[in-house]
Amino acid sequence: MNIRHAKTFLLGALALGFLVSVVASHFNSYWLFITYDIAINVILAVSLNLINGYTGQFSLGHAGFMAVGAYTAAVITNQFGDLNPFAAGAVFSGALLAGGALAAGAGLLVGIPTLRLRGDYLAIVTLGFGEIIRVIFQNMQGVGGARGLSVAHGWTDFFWAFGAAAAAVYVVAALVHSTYGRGFLAVRDDEVAASAMGINPVRYKVTAFVVGAFFAGVAGGLYAHSKQFITPGGFNFMQSVSIVVMVILGGMGNTVGVILAAVLLTLLPEFLRPIAEYRMILYSLLLVVLMLARPQGLFTFRKQGDAK
Amino acid sequence: MTELLQQLINGLALGSILALIALGYTMVYGILRFINFAHGDLFMLGAFAGFYISPAVAAVLPGPSLGSGLVVLGLAMLICAVLGVVIERVAYRPLRRRPKLAVLITAIGISLFLENTGQLVFGATPKKFPEIIPVYPVLKFGGLSITSSQLIVLGVTLLLLVALRHIVLKTRMGMAMRALAFNPEAAALMGINTDWIVSFTFGLGSALAAAAGILFAIVYPSIDPLMGILPGLKAFVAAVLGGIGNLPGAALGGILIGVTETLVAGYLSSTYRDAIAFGILILILLVKPSGLLGKKEIEKV
Amino acid sequence: MNRPSPGAEKLDSPLLQLDKATLRFGGLAAVSDLDLSLGRNELVGLIGPNGAGKTSAFNLITGVYPPSGGSILFDGRPMANRKPHQIARAGIARTFQNIRLFASMTVFDNVRTAARLHCPRGVRNALWRGRSFRDGEKEISGQVMELLEIFQLGKFHAAAATSLSYGDQRRLEIIRALATKPKLLLLDEPAAGMNATEKAELMRLIQFIKDRFQVSILLVEHDMKVVMGICERIVVLDYGIKIAEGTPAEIRAHPKVIEAYLGD
Repeated sequence: MNIRHAKTFLLGALALGFLVSVVASHFNSYWLFITYDIAINVILAVSLNLINGYTGQFSLGHAGFMAVGAYTAAVITNQFGDLNPFAAGAVFSGALLAGGALAAGAGLLVGIPTLRLRGDYLAIVTLGFGEIIRVIFQNMQGVGGARGLSVAHGWTDFFWAFGAAAAAVYVVAALVHSTYGRGFLAVRDDEVAASAMGINPVRYKVTAFVVGAFFAGVAGGLYAHSKQFITPGGFNFMQSVSIVVMVILGGMGNTVGVILAAVLLTLLPEFLRPIAEYRMILYSLLLVVLMLARPQGLFTFRKQGDAK
Repeated sequence: MTELLQQLINGLALGSILALIALGYTMVYGILRFINFAHGDLFMLGAFAGFYISPAVAAVLPGPSLGSGLVVLGLAMLICAVLGVVIERVAYRPLRRRPKLAVLITAIGISLFLENTGQLVFGATPKKFPEIIPVYPVLKFGGLSITSSQLIVLGVTLLLLVALRHIVLKTRMGMAMRALAFNPEAAALMGINTDWIVSFTFGLGSALAAAAGILFAIVYPSIDPLMGILPGLKAFVAAVLGGIGNLPGAALGGILIGVTETLVAGYLSSTYRDAIAFGILILILLVKPSGLLGKKEIEKV
Repeated sequence: MNRPSPGAEKLDSPLLQLDKATLRFGGLAAVSDLDLSLGRNELVGLIGPNGAGKTSAFNLITGVYPPSGGSILFDGRPMANRKPHQIARAGIARTFQNIRLFASMTVFDNVRTAARLHCPRGVRNALWRGRSFRDGEKEISGQVMELLEIFQLGKFHAAAATSLSYGDQRRLEIIRALATKPKLLLLDEPAAGMNATEKAELMRLIQFIKDRFQVSILLVEHDMKVVMGICERIVVLDYGIKIAEGTPAEIRAHPKVIEAYLGD
């Protein structure tokens, strides 16, 4: 993946996002909300890909970080009444960043104890953490507990969603495709050899968790301000699994593939409405079939000597 | 005092059920170094197998009686044993050489598949499990009450543990299992048919999970397709607590978690009941990852 | 402890000094009271029968396992309980008995990962991608290609590391270690799996590395021809204990060594 002009791409994406959001009112609002979902899933998938795909830390609790971001952002914006666009923008960006920051903190809390754990243990512990986070929100009466929380402002629009997605993609790609970023892959491939070459595995694992969690938190904030109603149940293990499916389908450690997978898996339910009740069954079968037949994901085409 | 005793007995019953499930986890991990994520769903399938079999059994052996109950138990165990072997053969064996992650994901897929298909086929609403053994209070002393179902749970668990111990320690199959757990390459070189042993282990573990499912349904007669998720996770924690790969450890872990959870729910708070197991898991993995009875595995460099 | 020095330069303080270093696994001592000393620019061999503790000694030195006893000094600084990556930064690099390349990366990236040690740029730098980043990447790229060219692997730089021949993979592992600019290089059985021609080539290569990169080398090897051929000094281990030390000639004739290898 050549990102020589990465920064230009990012700025271009932000500009595009702004332009589209200005004329957004002319678009079908149903499909507009679908694009927000796509963007949110892209952020979730790309951020999990950093942890799972590039650093090889199998995390099954990503929805927990999303929850932290969602609730934090919602609580902050709920403090405000109607605001003019500029103030709203300022408050919203602040809320999103705060959500991301707290989620990053949660990522730190989860990342550190899990450092010495091997694959399967790590998976279960991260699952456990995700569940603990959910249970905490379920018992937090201040944010509605199990009944859920209403989000007053539906401030998520194309600019925010698309812009955040572009930022997330940029950050993960820019990080990984640098000499610094090779450290993530080294830790994934062979932690012992990486240490012997001067790479601090702890640093890299924690960084992956923190950055991944940050963006999951931002995605959560965007989600909250799109649906305008969040419940702890919506951030459960199933949600984490859905994100994992995107990463696996796209190919672990393949940013472009993961983005495509996120888009595909967001749109698919729309076109498969008639068989909606079979959705989870199909997902689960998909996981099994993928692992048996094509574990590298749908969108990975490893050519000889391709650096990822 | 009687309340404490009561809670202990309740906890013991719950712990026994968790122990049976945990044994399955630990056996499979011992020989394959792999956490069978779908194991908890075999617990659920055991309960449902019992649900659908019991009318047929009742037609032949009018119940509820101890005899007909045991027949239902045995049949459910058999069905799930077969199911466990099939799942291993179809989904896990092809991935034996692949990185652990692939099998883990497959296991998650199988688990979700079983749960969601169960919801589709059995219906998502909970069903009432029929009385397959006569339920009556056996002991009523002061505030203390022990029911026949609890006695059955404890009794059957004990029987199964003794049987398992016999199989593992005294039979050739058991010896092969232990050899495989100790050193897979050497075991294969000594002519042990790895595939057979793995299938046998899966069958055995699934049978125990099914038994746990039936026993659970006897004590808490409401069953639904998602009932295996939490007990499965808690049993996994139990296996880790005892030292994953260690059979007595799994049993011990199950009892400990069952008792702890019941006591905490009874005396402290029941809302955080389910989080207790996770808390214990994180604690164990931070303090002594090899578990109470496990040994440290050192990575060879 | 005799230290004959046939013309090798010895500075007053040794580069690496193990003092009664011990490594125990449960009841078993993999390495027992090992006294080992290496000066700058020395090529020392570490030999012994299988299970003698040679790789364990390496693991001790590189911090994979903390010593159960004794001390380890490198360049005068204590290394005993440091993490492997810290020890790498101090200037000790190694290769592994079973080649441990980064399987998902190219030849270039394998070396690049190690080269980062001396040109570290962090997260902010990678994200901002300003001048400092571009210059840093260019510098590292230059260093990596230079290293690869020296060992004639330049043309493979874009190939997957695992697509190389066995011999080339071993060389790549050594190159990767050299990219960390070590003062001490530990080679763990580099001749394993090689034929006679390749071994002769390897001997030339090791000598070349020592001279070109001014690095001390501690070599674990089973092949006696290789060891006797290039090592200035040899240390012999058996059951984790040092049983002999000296020049190749002395070791060849040493009764304890013969006994250890032939057994009784």
